[in-house]
Amino acid sequence: MSDKNNNLMLDIKNLTIYFEMDEGIVHAVEGLNLKLGRGESLGFVGETGAGKTTTALGIMRLIPEPHGVIKSGEIIFNGEDLLKKSNSEMRKIRGEKIAMIFQDPMTSLNPVMTVDKQIAEMISLHKNVSKSEALKLAGDMLELVGIRRERMHDYPHQFSGGMKQRVVIAIALACDPELLIADEPTTALDVTIQAQVLELMKELKQKFSASMILITHDLGIVADICDKVAIMYAGRVVEYADKISLYSNPLHPYTKGLFKSVPEIDNDVDELPVIPGLMPDPMNLPSGCAFHPRCNTVCEDCKKFKPEMQELEPGHFVACPVVAEVLKKEKN
Amino acid sequence: MQNENNKNNETEIIPELTRKHRSPFIEVFYRLSKSPLAMFGLFIILILIFCAVFAELVAPYSPIKQDLMHMFETPSASHWLGTDEFGRDILSRLIYGARVSLQVGFIAVGIALIIGGILGAVSGYYGGRLDNFIMRIMDVLLSIPQTLLAIAIVAALGPSLMNLMIAVGISAVPSYARIVRSSVLSIRNMEFIEAARSVGSSDLRIIFRHIIPNSMAPIIVQSTLGVASAILNAAGLSFIGLGIQPPNPEWGAMLSGGRQYIRDFPHMTLYPGLAIMFTILALNFLGDGLRDALDPKLRR
Repeated sequence: MSDKNNNLMLDIKNLTIYFEMDEGIVHAVEGLNLKLGRGESLGFVGETGAGKTTTALGIMRLIPEPHGVIKSGEIIFNGEDLLKKSNSEMRKIRGEKIAMIFQDPMTSLNPVMTVDKQIAEMISLHKNVSKSEALKLAGDMLELVGIRRERMHDYPHQFSGGMKQRVVIAIALACDPELLIADEPTTALDVTIQAQVLELMKELKQKFSASMILITHDLGIVADICDKVAIMYAGRVVEYADKISLYSNPLHPYTKGLFKSVPEIDNDVDELPVIPGLMPDPMNLPSGCAFHPRCNTVCEDCKKFKPEMQELEPGHFVACPVVAEVLKKEKN
Repeated sequence: MQNENNKNNETEIIPELTRKHRSPFIEVFYRLSKSPLAMFGLFIILILIFCAVFAELVAPYSPIKQDLMHMFETPSASHWLGTDEFGRDILSRLIYGARVSLQVGFIAVGIALIIGGILGAVSGYYGGRLDNFIMRIMDVLLSIPQTLLAIAIVAALGPSLMNLMIAVGISAVPSYARIVRSSVLSIRNMEFIEAARSVGSSDLRIIFRHIIPNSMAPIIVQSTLGVASAILNAAGLSFIGLGIQPPNPEWGAMLSGGRQYIRDFPHMTLYPGLAIMFTILALNFLGDGLRDALDPKLRR
């Protein structure tokens, strides 16, 4: 999997996205770097407001205008920069090459259109098939996600939440996309349905051999279906590694804090450890490393310089000079 | 059926295995038929449409042929609704008048809906300066009373059936533009619009396939009410002599013609007035019923 460049599907370089509001500039994404290989699935973890969804919308070029602006950076998808594409070229890529699953299935389906038509819309936009063929394919997709064909003429409100999310997944996969972006696909669902939907996504991802970016707060879900994990904090990726090395050996102080705050089933504790402080105001980010006011290993340089991502272990990137220093000493 | 369910790893309980799926049109009609008032409205409208289309066959007399031997007759067996000041049969004139009134009502609303709908949808969807520009023009038009605006347009174009429809239609454009815009605004930011964008739909497609169908309910109600007010408006214009020219029958013109004789021969104004009233009532009932029938959430 890791023979670097040929296999690279998505390469985001130095992506910066601002929201220019009347009250000030919201630094939603700040110099974000990210790589995703073909067939890989990447878990995108971070607190609310860390810029995960903005990054995803940025990849789709769907940042809400007129406030949202992609300030700089490149999004290289299959060797081409998406930010240089025209609108009509982008429309061809959306859905066909990159598809998205939204957070809330209750609102991401059109309430006055039957589900087969909604799936068929995706198909007829990107494939050269007749209307009846598209509807037939839509029925096939429904069966694939575990909904019986008889229900294809039903309206979204006639489905339960879990089934609606299945429909959304069917729409996303209808054109066999190369990259699937799932924005907290299970947050709005209850736990049992969550497990079913995740199982389905895992299975279909294999079947369609698509790459996936899974946005979530839930470290458990990431452990379940992702190969790689990127931890995001205040618009930047602070740690990026494959799942096993990140879970067994978290390096960045923020990641460590996150893992400490996950309850363990064997330990009976009254209070979970938390990271002190709050997420910084994205309009007014701290100088240097955005995490330094909350960090327990902070040094003077942290307050002055924005930390660069460094490969501290093979395939394990961390944006923290202090950790790098410590590791270097240990090696020597 | 049990086995089928077990095979399926759905947690939902599945009611019956085969569901009947009617075409959407039949489905809407089926639900419409459950509302007696809406059916009453539809019935009246259908009768009117029938009369309008087959006026030559239905009407007992010619609507314009004068019969000076039988002026101002009150209702009788030979003239069911009586005759007017020239001895013309009022029933026949009403039947032929339905032609004009319905035509004016539907075509004027059609004009208003198409122009106003497109302007409203565009300005609601794109927002910003374009929105400001379009809506300020609409505000200017809205500030002129509708009838006055229609009078001005007819006066400029000259009185004829076509110009009457254009005048009534254009004077109603701003209210449609406003209604469409406001429902587009409420739908534009919903997640399924973003989802539609994420599958690669163009703006035009999003407006026509996702936004307009979702904003249909208020538009339909406004349109059926609008047909009623367009008929009234046209009748008003005819009443003051700017609409259909005599001797052609039109309900408003008949009202105005009978006005001078209202003390002695009230039947001359009563029946055209009733015709207008029932048509409008029927349209309102139908509009209400349609709104309920078209909302997929109220199904079953």
